[in-house]
Amino acid sequence: MNRALRNLFLTLTLLFLLSPIAVVGGVSLNATKILVFPPQGLSLTWYSELFTESSWLIPIKNSLIIATFSSLVAISIALPLAYFLWRYRVFYARALFALGLSPFMLPPVITALGFLSFWATVGLYGQMTATIISHAIFFVTLPLVTISLGFESIDREIIEAAETMGANSKVVFRTVVFPLVRSYIVSGYAFCFVLSLNEYIVAYMVSGFTVETLPIKIFNALRYGYTPVMASVTVVFVLLAALIFGLIGRFGDLPRLLGAMTSENRNL
Amino acid sequence: MIGDKPKGLGDHLPIIYPAVMLGVFFIIPFGIMLTISFFKRQSGGFYAPTFDLHNYQNLFTPHFARVLVFSIFISALCAVISVAVGFPFTYFITRMRRKAQVVWLVMLISVLSLSAVIIGFAWSLILSQTAGISNFFVRLGLMAHPTSWSPSFWALLCGLCYVAFPYTVLVLYPPLSRLDPHLPEAAQTLGASPIKTFFTVVVGSLRGAIVASLVMVFAFTLGTYVLPQILGRPQHWTLSVLITDEAIYHSNLPLSAAMAVFFMLVSLALVALTMRIGKGRTVEHK
Repeated sequence: MNRALRNLFLTLTLLFLLSPIAVVGGVSLNATKILVFPPQGLSLTWYSELFTESSWLIPIKNSLIIATFSSLVAISIALPLAYFLWRYRVFYARALFALGLSPFMLPPVITALGFLSFWATVGLYGQMTATIISHAIFFVTLPLVTISLGFESIDREIIEAAETMGANSKVVFRTVVFPLVRSYIVSGYAFCFVLSLNEYIVAYMVSGFTVETLPIKIFNALRYGYTPVMASVTVVFVLLAALIFGLIGRFGDLPRLLGAMTSENRNL
Repeated sequence: MIGDKPKGLGDHLPIIYPAVMLGVFFIIPFGIMLTISFFKRQSGGFYAPTFDLHNYQNLFTPHFARVLVFSIFISALCAVISVAVGFPFTYFITRMRRKAQVVWLVMLISVLSLSAVIIGFAWSLILSQTAGISNFFVRLGLMAHPTSWSPSFWALLCGLCYVAFPYTVLVLYPPLSRLDPHLPEAAQTLGASPIKTFFTVVVGSLRGAIVASLVMVFAFTLGTYVLPQILGRPQHWTLSVLITDEAIYHSNLPLSAAMAVFFMLVSLALVALTMRIGKGRTVEHK
């Protein structure tokens, strides 16, 4: 296509993607408690409030705990399943894999309501454990896809060579297979972690009234009027996501990871 | 070693834990939700075990139908806009150098990972009277006074497209990056203009992927819950809002479970449709 037209189109798209974030960034620097853009006076008050006010610190702590542990649980489910599916191609492993992909295909509210009914029945409704496990199941798709891709990318001849040299399957896993999939595990963990930090509806339905996560806190605060702290928390979130995905982009194979995520979903 | 049949309990050990986790925490919750959808609601948020279809019969009120139609309408509109803009955008991205591709992808995926709460807040700010772009237009002399454009239908549509656009690009990225680069080149060598090449060769050979992405983006947008409450008015609330309201504020879990089951059937039908289209893709270049 015409080069100038192409560049104009790309610039407009970039503006569309970045301008809301730019406005929020500007608003977060206001010196007084008003939300105007461009900001009047420059100060970092709203960033320091984020890390000193307990009404913001508690949700931050909750969100970090939930994201850390739910991603760990998700990896603990995804890694053996992906390994088993790669090692033995049997139909029930395939069925479990498809099951692991399904939380991502359904509207989130349905899975969230399923979790709500479950935890209410079991009696753990309102507990942080419930949020952690629900997030782990809800996001298991991501590590499942990335780790499976890691296994698929292992050259089979390396394994045969290790076996010829006398390594049994445990030794092969520890010394050959695991080091090769390690970076895919890390990417899966990172995807899970960021999405868990940002997730609203499952956390809200499972224990929104007792365990306040950061998105729940922001949404509640929106109902009572806007403060510049919301803008500063948004900027922190954007930077965190950009940092983590930037690292994956720098050290991992992002085009390949993304290719796998969407095409596998579609072919199953 | 690879591709053997597992023998005995020892070989099956790795799959037992994932199977138990997914069974207990995913299949059973769905089973419970399905069961509750047949229960009868009692006062105080409790429900009694009955087995009839009254929740499903009560589903089809004019209000429910209106919300359903609106949800489908705005999701379809958003899917069409996102794919119409996202398809040429993704095509340009896949033709860039690998490094530039990664930069764009990191940006898109960062936006996609953002909480809908945060996106709703950002859009309500940029469309507001005090901090919004209308101030910018006033400064340019295009408008007389700054105005507030949120909440409104258009604000909601903007927010939805903002969420759906990165998703669309990620869905279209694999088929477009697999497209044989010699194909457009050949068309241009034969005398077609770049724009004609794009519409006939690129769009033409990826028709299946375009339709599949339309359905996927539509299903993705259909699940939206937070944005209608921040950027829309009550008449713009979607099915997800209705289901949550029924469960949390009206404490009518049986009715909301019935709505969710109905919603799930609609979504599963969409997924099935996508897979059919995916299988029917005629031209694919690996």
